[in-house]
Amino acid sequence: MKHTLAFLAAALITAALPAMADDTLDVVAQFEIQSPEPSTSGYIFTRMGITETLTNADPQGVLTPGLATEWAASEDGLSWTFTLRDGVRFHDGTAMTAEAVAAALDIARAKPGPLAKTPITAIEATDGAVVVTLSEPFAALPAYLAHFSAQILAPDAYGAEDAGVAAIGTGPYKITELTPPLSLKAEAFGDYWGPAPHVPHVSYSAVSRVETRALMAESGDADFVFGLDPASVARLGLSDTATVHSVAIPRVLLIKVNAGHPALSEPEARQALSLAIDRDGIAKAVLRYPEGATQLFPPSVGDWHNDSLVPLSYNPEKAKELLLGLGWTMGRDGILTRDGERFALTLTTYPDRPELPLVAAVLEQQFRAIGVELTINTTNSSEISAGHADGSLDLGLIARNFGLIPNPVGTILSDYAPAGDWGAMGWQNDEITSLAHSVARGDASASERARITEILQTELPIIPIAWYRQTLAVAKGVEGVVIDPWERTFGLSELKLSQ
Amino acid sequence: MNTLMTRGIQALMVAVLIGAATFAMMRALPGDAAYRIAAGRYGYDNVDTAAADAVRAELGLDGPALPAFLNWLGDLLRLDFGHSLVSGQPVIAEIGHQLGASLSLAAVAVLLSLIMGPPLGILAGLRPGGMLDRVLLVVSTGLKAVPQFLMALILILILSVQLRLLPAAGYGAARHFILPALALALGLAAVNARIARDAMARIGAMPFYSFAQWKGLSPRQTLLRHGLRNVSVPLLTYLGLQFVTLVEGVVVVEAIFGWPGIGHALVHAIFSRDVPMVQGTALCLGLGFVLINAVIDLVTGRIDPRRAA
Repeated sequence: MKHTLAFLAAALITAALPAMADDTLDVVAQFEIQSPEPSTSGYIFTRMGITETLTNADPQGVLTPGLATEWAASEDGLSWTFTLRDGVRFHDGTAMTAEAVAAALDIARAKPGPLAKTPITAIEATDGAVVVTLSEPFAALPAYLAHFSAQILAPDAYGAEDAGVAAIGTGPYKITELTPPLSLKAEAFGDYWGPAPHVPHVSYSAVSRVETRALMAESGDADFVFGLDPASVARLGLSDTATVHSVAIPRVLLIKVNAGHPALSEPEARQALSLAIDRDGIAKAVLRYPEGATQLFPPSVGDWHNDSLVPLSYNPEKAKELLLGLGWTMGRDGILTRDGERFALTLTTYPDRPELPLVAAVLEQQFRAIGVELTINTTNSSEISAGHADGSLDLGLIARNFGLIPNPVGTILSDYAPAGDWGAMGWQNDEITSLAHSVARGDASASERARITEILQTELPIIPIAWYRQTLAVAKGVEGVVIDPWERTFGLSELKLSQ
Repeated sequence: MNTLMTRGIQALMVAVLIGAATFAMMRALPGDAAYRIAAGRYGYDNVDTAAADAVRAELGLDGPALPAFLNWLGDLLRLDFGHSLVSGQPVIAEIGHQLGASLSLAAVAVLLSLIMGPPLGILAGLRPGGMLDRVLLVVSTGLKAVPQFLMALILILILSVQLRLLPAAGYGAARHFILPALALALGLAAVNARIARDAMARIGAMPFYSFAQWKGLSPRQTLLRHGLRNVSVPLLTYLGLQFVTLVEGVVVVEAIFGWPGIGHALVHAIFSRDVPMVQGTALCLGLGFVLINAVIDLVTGRIDPRRAA
């Protein structure tokens, strides 16, 4: 008995020793690793610096060379040549050939993802380059190749039916241990084509609860903690173990509106809902941001932010007037009615992002103040898509990423030209469709982009509420943090551990 | 031998029932499975109708229910659990990985609870109504009343954020076990202690116990020879029931501590409509329950002085 107790005490003491300062950078984020399949878990591999894409993007969205050193379109715009970087090796030691790149891209575009929506007809390997043939000019193509699903893996990375079986990439870090769903370990890749990373080992852990992630940052268990909630940020700001970094990202909290719904088909009705939203209140109280959105695109997306637009504002009185003008009258229960129909809507949202249900609860009150009844349905994110497809969705509260590819035209095309699962619904505007296609082709100027934002601002097929910021905590002693607003990389190879 | 036969038949029935129930429940859930699986695979930024259609075509989800269920049952008889609809990995491999993590956590938690609870309970039961007994009643009621979710956060805040003694979360090293196991063990120990205390008080008041002392055994000898064995019977029986509490707790605690266990897997599989994973994990948990109760039956049969004689 005494021996057992002594052993237990010893075990507890050894176990309780704080994590030794080591040469591993521990990254923690909410994303679970499903498998080595690039189309599903690939974004974790690109963020961790395991795999790379042909093109990269700087924080402003300007494309920079990745595994391709340069790219150019033919004169008719129907063929793009991507010159590949020399001397690149995959983590299994094989050379990155044009054939391997073409094969990886062909596999990627056969799977669901942005590449499948491009007018690509063929991808061919030539001497030191790949040539992409299109059915119509598409200037945004290089930006699509920066998407994580277009990552370049070695031929041996794919198994039967082209499913990913091992993440054999070209990045600065090479996987040493992959244990889905929660962890991976990697070490610096000796044959990396670029500058060697400063930190020799990195690890990734998926921790789904945001409270736990914040506590790991606070206790010093993790060096790089991604995806923090507003409450934790306030708390971590006072901590002496971690520094909080934050940057504006092209992700927008917005309401997707079914403009085909009888109560929502008039633009004035959508404007009334927009006027009922106290955006600054939501931003400050729920998201702890200084201000709400005044238009769809945040100022950080320079090309698309339009200073000449009349800002979206909060004016419930004007909202009521607009609705009275549309023939709605206030019922006894404080809810508007028209032709015997109550102004009652269902707002669908999902808990994957913890702030969404909270904002939904605030919207319920703010809409009730102008006589609109809201029922909140917090469910699986795919219900937005499914409700879009069968027309059953009224309103959807979503966090839409306009930086899926490092060029917002990608999301504009898929969501508004003419409609999309995560964009316009029951609303079609031929002008915006043709403008968006001309921006994507590359024959448009700033005035076309401005016109697109103007149409969205006046017609309100979606109602913007707030512009997101990406917030992460980094242990004191880690230097060189750059947050990628396009959410493509953690920038691990730039990080240094100061001793 | 008879017990084993009964338990074997029980296990088979449990397997079929669980398989049928999970299958029926997953089919009855509202919402289109193809969309749910697509959301599980591609995440909320990339799920759309095109992705759902691709999933539907790949998995052939539109087929009738009965052949699909019979297929699953047939595969099960050949010990083939199928592949996860989300990750594409074999279910048996995923469960094997996760079950190990959960079992080791549960084992440590039960061990910790047995170290903490029963000794205190027995001490309290030796002097019912004494100081220790009253304090223990308050403490164990308090501990049992704290939800495991809250308990876990309190432990992290005190032991890892304030005192910096233990990692807040994570998996892999021995020190990662302590906090999640403790969060589970405190709730288990609270009840263990009460059971041990009541059993001890009951046995201590029995004539044979007084007789043992009267014939000249010291209190210590009486406890060791005539007390412990009797107290352990209700304790062990209860341990079998605690498995349910443990499974419930493991789901919550694993989520908080980022533990790659079966509870975590089950929650995610249900959310993304991953039927083979749900069936596999539920089956494992159900059979685990049968197995543990069978073992406890055998052990108590040996220990119980009334039956062993």
